[in-house]
Amino acid sequence: MRPDLALDVRGLTKRFDRLAVDHLDLAVRKGEFYALLGPNGAGKTTTLRMVAGLLPPDAGSIAVEGRDALRDPVAAKQLMAWVSDEPLIYDKLTPAEYLEFVAALWGRDAREAEASAHALLVALGLQQHRHERCEGFSKGMRQKVALAGALVHDPQLIILDEPLTGLDAVSARHVKALLQERVHAGCTVIMTTHILEVAERMADRIGVIVAGRLVAEGTLAELRSQGGSEASLEDLFVALVADSAEAA
Amino acid sequence: MSATIPLSGLIRHEIRLAWRDLVAMLTAGRPARLRRALIGIAVVAAVMHLPALAMVGKYAALASAPDKTALLVLMASIVMAAALMLSQAIESVTRAFYARADLDLMMSSPVRIADVFSIRLMTIALAVTMMALVVFAPFVDVLVVKGGSRWLAAFGVVIALGLLATAAAIVLTAALFHLFGPKRTRLVAQILAAVIGAAFIIGLQIAGIMSYGTLSRFAVLTSDAAAAAAPDPASLVWWPVRALLGDPAALLSMLAAGLLGLGATMALFSSGIGGAVARASSAATSSRQARPRRGFRPLSRHQALWWKELLLLRRDPWLVSQTLMQLLYLVPPALFLWRSFGDLSGAAVLITPVIVMAAGQLSGGLAWLTISGEDARDLVATAPLASSRVTRAKVEIVLMIIAVVFAPLVIPLALASPSQAVVAALGVALAGASATAIQLWFRVEARRSQFRRRQTASRFATFAEAFSSIGWAATAGLTSAMPAFAAVSAALTVAVLVAAWKLSPAGRS
Repeated sequence: MRPDLALDVRGLTKRFDRLAVDHLDLAVRKGEFYALLGPNGAGKTTTLRMVAGLLPPDAGSIAVEGRDALRDPVAAKQLMAWVSDEPLIYDKLTPAEYLEFVAALWGRDAREAEASAHALLVALGLQQHRHERCEGFSKGMRQKVALAGALVHDPQLIILDEPLTGLDAVSARHVKALLQERVHAGCTVIMTTHILEVAERMADRIGVIVAGRLVAEGTLAELRSQGGSEASLEDLFVALVADSAEAA
Repeated sequence: MSATIPLSGLIRHEIRLAWRDLVAMLTAGRPARLRRALIGIAVVAAVMHLPALAMVGKYAALASAPDKTALLVLMASIVMAAALMLSQAIESVTRAFYARADLDLMMSSPVRIADVFSIRLMTIALAVTMMALVVFAPFVDVLVVKGGSRWLAAFGVVIALGLLATAAAIVLTAALFHLFGPKRTRLVAQILAAVIGAAFIIGLQIAGIMSYGTLSRFAVLTSDAAAAAAPDPASLVWWPVRALLGDPAALLSMLAAGLLGLGATMALFSSGIGGAVARASSAATSSRQARPRRGFRPLSRHQALWWKELLLLRRDPWLVSQTLMQLLYLVPPALFLWRSFGDLSGAAVLITPVIVMAAGQLSGGLAWLTISGEDARDLVATAPLASSRVTRAKVEIVLMIIAVVFAPLVIPLALASPSQAVVAALGVALAGASATAIQLWFRVEARRSQFRRRQTASRFATFAEAFSSIGWAATAGLTSAMPAFAAVSAALTVAVLVAAWKLSPAGRS
């Protein structure tokens, strides 16, 4: 296990009716913003759900900050946060109560967590709603509550599956700024997105996954050089997906 | 009538949706099981003829002009059936007010909204009536076979009651909406439906306890005092009974009353329901302010899980009321206990099984809410604690609530009969633990708002839960008087639990 890696995935495999993830190797360095791209059904979410401990893999290994996530999931989960595209939160709790609960689950000191929660609610524009129950919130507001929950326990590895879905432009900017801030502070962020512009502007490295396999990986410049042109990420992505489909 | 889609098209659409709902309910969402489900229903219906024979067989030869006592018993049966239908109709009408489903599509389409709701209300009337016909068919069959074809009129009475119950439910729900507003109507209607469904039987039991010191609901009905106070047999009050006994004029009057009642209600209320539904959906999307607390408390992980579960239960009275309404049936035994306080030995034996049965049922509902009903399942699954610890905290909450609810009934028992109190406490613990374990073995995570799916998700779990509650109740009831039979009952209940475990996804994996 390499000490410079926040996430080290090897030979990860998962089969449902068909092979969803096919002997995938993925290495994400500490302090890196990594964007995982791919067409619908490529296996991005399945991969990340296995990393987050939500889905058992059929084969392979997962190491989070050097800890074997399959042998010692509790230790790995202590370091991670997961946000899905569908914000699953408690309708009957307020954002403040939700954050208090999450912080306690991760064993964070109550006073520190409260300060952190306050800062997150302010940054995400939820401060005035902090004592309202989430049942009446829009999808975007719920997404922001879920994101605040992911950040309130100060994780080292943040895994986000389409976190910008349902957010308005201003909220999306706040979220992106928050994530960049965390990366600058030394956190690692792995994010799937269909918004290629976000990956282009924010990610240190980009991985493209097609049919459960990583078909390309590198910085934007490296990907462009692999593509042999000065094409946009969108052009490269479309070409990679088309090539993989042909090869299959 | 809409210019875009004929009324018949809307009716077809509603019937198709209702049919698919029914199939989903019968097959737990797996249509391939329909044949098996229908065979199962046919078997249950056939078996139900045996208790029906025991319960109503003696009334088959009843004269066309029975005495007052028989009239009272038959009238009480009709009122009880009507109460159950009204209870079901209130639930269905309320659901029509609050279910979004295709209402956005319907209300934004050029279809006349009054037509949509008229058809929806008709479908509810149809569903309520069909359900009642299925439930009462074994009883009517027994009466027809033993007493002749005149008893076929009972089916007509059931149809008339279904129509009248739906009409009454529409009026009641609209009145609740007016009185309590869209936010509270769902909860109030839920409680009202449960109270109406149980009130008549409980009322008779309470009257029996207060007057005759017995839990039997027939004590009042068959008393000389009731016969003396009842109206003359020629009175119009007995028309439903006469219809039941095959009097054509009475039966036609009842059917006409049902049709007219439902028609008039639909004409009066259909157009107003659209506005009510819009207000209900906007109420559902508005936030409620919670009382702010001073700051984050230093909670351990275990305490945080307890606190979350208790807070969620406290804040969802609609959901909790669905489970707590079963406690209504504890009112008569509690009253019996109170009234017999001077001589508790007999009363204690009688009420112990009722307490144990209620504990099993309540535990099943609460266990589903806490164990399966997890709204933020990703959060809990990615939290840094073993899933067994999460489950343990959830089970502890269920058992704590059961202890708090049933202690006030078991403690008075202990004052009079310590041994019976021990039996009741053990029964409550076993029934609660068994129902909780069954929920755990058959756990399928879902949102708490999907509480209704609890009983359709696994038929086996539902039956196992019911049989284990009945089994422990029987064991507790028999322990003092017939310990050998109690041992047999306990062994059978354990066998049910072992079978449930073996057949559950947890046991097979």
